[in-house]
Amino acid sequence: MGCIESLSYEVVLQGASFKECREYIRANCREYRIVEPGFKIFEKPIIGIPPISIGLDGDTITFPFTKPCYGTFLLRVDDSEEAERIRREGKPG
Amino acid sequence: MTSGQGAAGKTAVLVLGCPQVPVQTGIALYLMSQLRKRGISSTIAGNRAARLLIEVSDPERHYISEVMDLDRYIADLADKKRQFDYHFVFIHNDAGVSYAATVQALTQKTVIALIYGEHFQDVAGEIEFPCEKVMAKAVHNPMPLKNKLDEVLPWVVSNL
Repeated sequence: MGCIESLSYEVVLQGASFKECREYIRANCREYRIVEPGFKIFEKPIIGIPPISIGLDGDTITFPFTKPCYGTFLLRVDDSEEAERIRREGKPG
Repeated sequence: MTSGQGAAGKTAVLVLGCPQVPVQTGIALYLMSQLRKRGISSTIAGNRAARLLIEVSDPERHYISEVMDLDRYIADLADKKRQFDYHFVFIHNDAGVSYAATVQALTQKTVIALIYGEHFQDVAGEIEFPCEKVMAKAVHNPMPLKNKLDEVLPWVVSNL
């Protein structure tokens, strides 16, 4: 699973700032973990301004995804293994 | 102030943002020429459009040496496969700040943030991590940013 574009994802926010994505996760996800830039999600290093928050609702992961020309998207993907790994390796928020 | 001759043999990477602001390509080529004069080899990291603009602008490769995909560059830093002495990050939007923060966190080095565009002051205000800011209101005319770069480049290559 090397490419986020190939995943089945839902776009939660589009054209938001990185800060707005972080605030959305903290306000709307049941739990969140804090990770460093470069932490891999679906095998891809995450881009962002520390502290980077990743939201978890059961097996659902909510995370920022940044592209140079399109800014930051907040994406939501269901994946139990990846959610468990993030829960285990991230720092509790 | 020295001209940075002591930097010979070092390596730099120019991390390009979205090429929607016209000055980016010209400033990148100018910066590569200035680094080359000081004996510093440059690598370009950018998305496909940004890379192609550079490559089409320097078809004989007078200034360009290595060109790499932006995602590959970040992955190589994260995996500790690549190191550079200088990281020049081109920033004109929120995404550029995110990339610069990521580079700084992965390398623990002082990145050189080239901040430009219509809203350069707002964008610069988002930066809270350690970096050297080179900033100017430059959209179509590269001279304000080029002049700032001329002021600080000798110091940057001598001290970072």
